[in-house]
Amino acid sequence: MVADVLVIGAGVVGCAVTRRFALAGAKVVMLEKGADILSGASKANSAILHTGFDAPSGSLELSCMQAGYREYLEIRERFNLPVLETGAMVVAWTEEQREKLSEIERQAHENGVPDVSRLTSSEVLSREPHLSRNALEAVLVPREHVIDPWSPFLAYMIQAKALGADFHFLTEVMGGAFDGETWTIETNRGSFRARTVINCAGLYGDRMEELLLGHAHFSIHPRKGQFVVFDKAAARLLRTIILPVPTERTKGIVLCRTAFGNVLVGPTAEEQDDRTRATTDEATLRQLVEKAEEMVPGLGSMPVTAIYAGLRPASDKKHYRIRVEPDRNWITLGGIRSTGLTASLGIAAHALNLYRGMQEGRSSSIEPVADPPEHPVRNISEEMPRDWSQPGNGGIVCHCELVTAREIEEALNGALPAGDYGGLRRRTRAGMGRCQGFNCQAHLAAMSKDRLLLPMAVSEVPA
Amino acid sequence: MIDPRYDVAIIGGGPSGLAAAAELKARGISRVVVIEREAETGGVPRHCGHPPFGIREFGRLLTGPAYARRLSAMALRSGAEIRTRTAVTAIKPGSEDVTLHCTAPEGVITLTAGRVLLATGTRESPRSVRFTAGERPLGVINTGALQAYAYLEHLAPFRRPVIVGTELVALSAILTCRSLDAQPVAMIEEGPRPVAPSGLFLYPRLLGIPVMTGTKLVDIAGSSRVDHVVVEDPDGHRREIECDGVIFSGRFVGEAHLARMAGLDLDTGTGTGGPEVDQFGRTSHRAIFAAGNLLRPVETAGWSFREGRKIGGFIADDLAGRLGETGRERRLIAGDGIRYVMPQWLAGGAGGMSQIQLRVSRPVGGHLVAEDAGGREIYRQKLSALPERRVLVPQPPLAGGTGRITLRIVE
Repeated sequence: MVADVLVIGAGVVGCAVTRRFALAGAKVVMLEKGADILSGASKANSAILHTGFDAPSGSLELSCMQAGYREYLEIRERFNLPVLETGAMVVAWTEEQREKLSEIERQAHENGVPDVSRLTSSEVLSREPHLSRNALEAVLVPREHVIDPWSPFLAYMIQAKALGADFHFLTEVMGGAFDGETWTIETNRGSFRARTVINCAGLYGDRMEELLLGHAHFSIHPRKGQFVVFDKAAARLLRTIILPVPTERTKGIVLCRTAFGNVLVGPTAEEQDDRTRATTDEATLRQLVEKAEEMVPGLGSMPVTAIYAGLRPASDKKHYRIRVEPDRNWITLGGIRSTGLTASLGIAAHALNLYRGMQEGRSSSIEPVADPPEHPVRNISEEMPRDWSQPGNGGIVCHCELVTAREIEEALNGALPAGDYGGLRRRTRAGMGRCQGFNCQAHLAAMSKDRLLLPMAVSEVPA
Repeated sequence: MIDPRYDVAIIGGGPSGLAAAAELKARGISRVVVIEREAETGGVPRHCGHPPFGIREFGRLLTGPAYARRLSAMALRSGAEIRTRTAVTAIKPGSEDVTLHCTAPEGVITLTAGRVLLATGTRESPRSVRFTAGERPLGVINTGALQAYAYLEHLAPFRRPVIVGTELVALSAILTCRSLDAQPVAMIEEGPRPVAPSGLFLYPRLLGIPVMTGTKLVDIAGSSRVDHVVVEDPDGHRREIECDGVIFSGRFVGEAHLARMAGLDLDTGTGTGGPEVDQFGRTSHRAIFAAGNLLRPVETAGWSFREGRKIGGFIADDLAGRLGETGRERRLIAGDGIRYVMPQWLAGGAGGMSQIQLRVSRPVGGHLVAEDAGGREIYRQKLSALPERRVLVPQPPLAGGTGRITLRIVE
């Protein structure tokens, strides 16, 4: 079988692209080297749905973010996806930062985000009474929101699967060739044929070009971000996303609520060569906690729930690295840094346009699907009712996050079942709470026995 | 749904909660319910598949699961209602009763009670709270999870783990590993000496498990499963230890989430981490009591059992109007050399827990003194102790009067 499109990578971009092309009527094959979707760079982000108020004006990044933002809000109810309408404040803590607020406001206007406004220090405090008194002034961006960073992509992939898309996990691209019409991609699990390849390989986007095109048009410079998650009790201390005044290099350390009822601080921006190891370190984590306490002193008495680190696939340039090779039926969607979560749907739509451009004059066989299926996913956020409040839930398995047996069963058995413990956690929140699996991990290992691509336990022992 | 009203609702069916339930029933309290979130009561001992449990309570040496079964049977026999697979999601104190919002397999349940006893127990600190550096592969768990893997699910999470910590529970981790045919490759302790009595460390040594004190875990490596860890000795030398798992043992913290969300005063900072209580186990809300390992890290099951029984008795006294006012007359302060003191308050009136429990924050030798707000010494005792060891001070010499009392070490 020859697919129309082969997508490499099931991160936020790969999932959105897979869905978009499936909706457009393409026969899609998706290859992912991890055991589940979102198992690379996409598993660790700050979960903010950005308006693009501070993105480079006139950039592709900005237009993808804004298209992605619009599409998410348009489709989210049909997929049962949450949005926390938190708004964001870019807070100036120093005079130097304060001087930059006008420029931030101006850029927001230029970027088509007209509803930003300035808040005096007392307005800042009346909006956020637990914030440090040291806030001098802020720019309020009312439509910056927080979302669940995982469930949308599960929903997109379930939709794509229902439309006939074909997924292969633990499948790593080893090589391939283009014969003028068709790509043959070699993997550790056999070869796959498709007319067009879309490279959504994230941290390995440049490597994929080297491997399959012979030359990479960009190079990935992984940028590590560490995060600290505070206990749910901390959520009472904060409503609005607190953004710093950005520097040239990074958007800086953000403090925000999560869709799951916690408070998050991060990310750091640490350049590194290693593409695989996203490590945390004690000194940095302590600095993050201090930073969070500086902004919201009440966080000082709040327990930490989780720590994590992720690698953003930054490149040698600031902008997205999009490459189209019409003669080789190839599209690269690379260098998608921290804005990928918001922009993913917009990037997918952009990729479809690029594809159509490439197909012009060719006999293209794809026709958009009429009335595509839209399966709502189970809500795991604190914004909407959770399964634990419903009868027949099978009882609680993970107490910290109130995850029910029915939710676990669905995640293991659903349309796109979890591939590993990480995937199970991201589908349900199980094991992600304050005890980090002290109470439920063994139970989860038993429930998931023989049902994950990567099992949790190493062996059984006689009772 | 149903809206039953109880005299006392006990949250948590471990040793202290079950003991309190039995005591309340023995004292003639009619409607007592134990709310347990797991499928069975018994608490942590359910998954400690080894002795010693129960010598003082039942007069014989039992394994944890056998002890848990006896406790449960005792509570049932007493006539208390036991509601398993029911998790309290919120505690809302009202003017008369306390309302408990719960979730169960059948959905949401609301019930009310005249008194609530928090007996939610304790757990070990996970890796996240310790800020341990490295990646986040599979196979990094606490001893509690290891026990559940071994004794409840009969699964092995790894074959060659490193054990972090040397509290008693770290020795339980060794026993549990052996039941899984897993061989720990090292025990790592940041402090200069093991926390549990040093004689016990003959056991790991006999098994060929090196006990590395003054050693810190500085990196966990592995993308899917643990591949190795890096440790740093006191001289700053680092070395790799090959292993496929990490057991973070000890550093117990109370399950204080419900107490926190109910707005109770908590003993934060270097304190117990649990709700602040007076000598009757009363929290900052007059209708809510606490008992067991939620009160302080960490005591044995037997200790929690006896504490639960005592505090159950105080609740019965309170329901009979015999407990007196909740006035928090005296505040006990953990001064130099003291990590925490529990109870943190002494209400007026005699009785209550006869001993103050505390832990020292460093190895100490000298005297423990108690001074009032004016710096006047009101109590002194000889003390030589290590951190994590039980230290008891008689309560009566400190009771009576008002104002703060600081307990501190004079070397």
